[in-house]
Amino acid sequence: MKQTSTTFSTSKKSRLRSFCEKAKSVKFYMAIFPILWILLFFIFPLLIIFKISFAEPVAAMPPFTEIFSWGHDQFLQIRLNLHNYFSVIKDSYYVSAFLNSVVLSLASTAMCFLLGFMMAYGIYKVEDRLKTLLLLLVSLSFWTSFLIRIYAWMNLFSAHGFVNSLLMKSGIIDSPIQFCGNYYAVCCGMVFCYLPFMIFPVYAVLEKFDKTYIEAAYDLGASPAKTFWKVTIPLAKHGIAAGCILVFATSIGEFVIPELLGGSDTVMFGRVLWAEFFNNLDWPMACALAMVMMIFIILPVFVFKKKANI
Amino acid sequence: MALATQPMKRNIEVWQDVNADPYIQIENVSKSYGDVTPVKDVSLSIYKGELFSLLGRSGCGKTTLLRILAGFEKPTSGRILIDGVDVTDWPAYKRPVNMMFQSYALFPHMSVYQNIAFGLRQDGLSKSAIDDRIKDVLNLVQLSGFDDRKPDQLSGGQKQRVALARSLAKRPKLLLLDEPLAALDKKLREQTQFELVNIQERVGVTFIVVTHDQEEAMTISTRMAIMDDGKIRQIGVPHDVYEFPNSRYVSEFVGNINLFDGVVVEHELDHVLIESHEIDCFCYAAHTGAVPIGSNVTLAIRPEKIMISTLKPAYPRNWTQGIVKEIAYLGDISIYYVQLNSGKIVMATLPNLLRLSDRNFKWDDVVYLFWRSENSLVLTS
Repeated sequence: MKQTSTTFSTSKKSRLRSFCEKAKSVKFYMAIFPILWILLFFIFPLLIIFKISFAEPVAAMPPFTEIFSWGHDQFLQIRLNLHNYFSVIKDSYYVSAFLNSVVLSLASTAMCFLLGFMMAYGIYKVEDRLKTLLLLLVSLSFWTSFLIRIYAWMNLFSAHGFVNSLLMKSGIIDSPIQFCGNYYAVCCGMVFCYLPFMIFPVYAVLEKFDKTYIEAAYDLGASPAKTFWKVTIPLAKHGIAAGCILVFATSIGEFVIPELLGGSDTVMFGRVLWAEFFNNLDWPMACALAMVMMIFIILPVFVFKKKANI
Repeated sequence: MALATQPMKRNIEVWQDVNADPYIQIENVSKSYGDVTPVKDVSLSIYKGELFSLLGRSGCGKTTLLRILAGFEKPTSGRILIDGVDVTDWPAYKRPVNMMFQSYALFPHMSVYQNIAFGLRQDGLSKSAIDDRIKDVLNLVQLSGFDDRKPDQLSGGQKQRVALARSLAKRPKLLLLDEPLAALDKKLREQTQFELVNIQERVGVTFIVVTHDQEEAMTISTRMAIMDDGKIRQIGVPHDVYEFPNSRYVSEFVGNINLFDGVVVEHELDHVLIESHEIDCFCYAAHTGAVPIGSNVTLAIRPEKIMISTLKPAYPRNWTQGIVKEIAYLGDISIYYVQLNSGKIVMATLPNLLRLSDRNFKWDDVVYLFWRSENSLVLTS
């Protein structure tokens, strides 16, 4: 009797071990697919862009020179053209486009933070039934295409749009207000589109943290306002950082919103990049701009990661 | 009090002193959430320097009562007075009360020092005063030098001490402890019980402890209140609650007890005589107040008060006979389950002075159970 029970348990153990090993290898195979995906569709194209950014534009197809070439006597020649990168730094057009993008992204990130945090906090505070409804409403904006939402804004706020005609008909104004075609419109559009990116991570963190921390702060004599600054905000900081990065990274390279809501003088990085690619057919310049933008998107992520690890 | 006699000679305690003013007064406090009423008309007076326990099963309302005292919940009716001041409508952050949370609730983004300083800063203390206080409390809980640790770098026991230090640092008039030792393992818990009492005696702060662990409550409390279904069933020093429970509920909740249904057949000044078919004998019991002849009562006897013998007692009352059905050997004591003629199983404990094999009664032996009349209680509810 005893004999059988021991053999049973060992066989069970070994079976368990082999199952664990299998699970490990399954994990490995599962990781292969996303890794391949990223390699093929992100790292590889990025390397191509990186390569093209050192080429020279030519009127040919493809519209750039090859930087690697076999010279005489079997020399591998690499011709690196750093002109593109220099002009990103030197050319005031690119610099101002870049600064505009950074300032607008920072502004919309800040606005998203203010609005998004309030909304996330509000959703976290209301009763459960209302909570589901509000979360659904926030995610509702994802159900419509981003492009269509911006078009809707154009229709609402253009010179002959809904808002202007309403104001004119009611006699409040005589001539239409210029809502669109400026930086404010672009900023508002970005805040409108990217607000959910702030609300969801902040809400998720708020919902997760233990409410006894708040009670403990009250108990130790901190007023509700002080508790909010000293306990709620610091404990929600990971969600806030995640939300800020999501909003900043997506808005710094934004092309559609400035194109549709901005005016002809609204120079932003994404638009300049587009223009270099499609209007000027200067692929090397466009690639250099893309690389610089990449760095500025990745930078905050690294800063955040380092801070989060402490 | 249902007791006619005080069983223990002791100096007069503050709660027995009719001239003493209670420090914490809970007056007719009720709390309802819709149809649910976790606290029903509770009144309690707690005196300065007491270590008072609220003992009860989960859901009995003890935690709600604690949260009302802390100011996290507003009572539906009733008043709370602390040191003579009505604080019923005060928010938690204004009350001279601190709480040690069951989960400790140490702020994870702050070090031990910052956690303790957080409360002190709200009082507007100077930096040097804060430093001194923190040094003192960390000394008190034997965690000097842990200032810079983050909560996740502390063990469970250390977190518990930091939580205690943090709540004591503000020198509250009342400290509330919600299951303070529940998260610790058994050995550490027993050790910490005495430490908690020592610290409480040293700082002199009034403690109210919520616990579901009756041994813990009995070990640490000056007095304890047994709560059930939102009401307080009995208040008393641990010894009195154990020896003289006022109801079947309390007697069963605190410790183990054998209960027998019976009828009062004789009622004299110093004793009552009870006939019980369940226990199959006539029993004398110490006088316990008004129990008229013919009334149905419950006779209650603690297992350790019952003696077991193979010899038939020579007197006519207070003994019965049965067959040993089970013996549970626990090392220090053994529990005998003896089946009486009525079929009722009686629990009796014996200290293991002799090894089990050296005893002259074993499974299925006929034994006689007997007890002193002052150790049998008469319960009417």
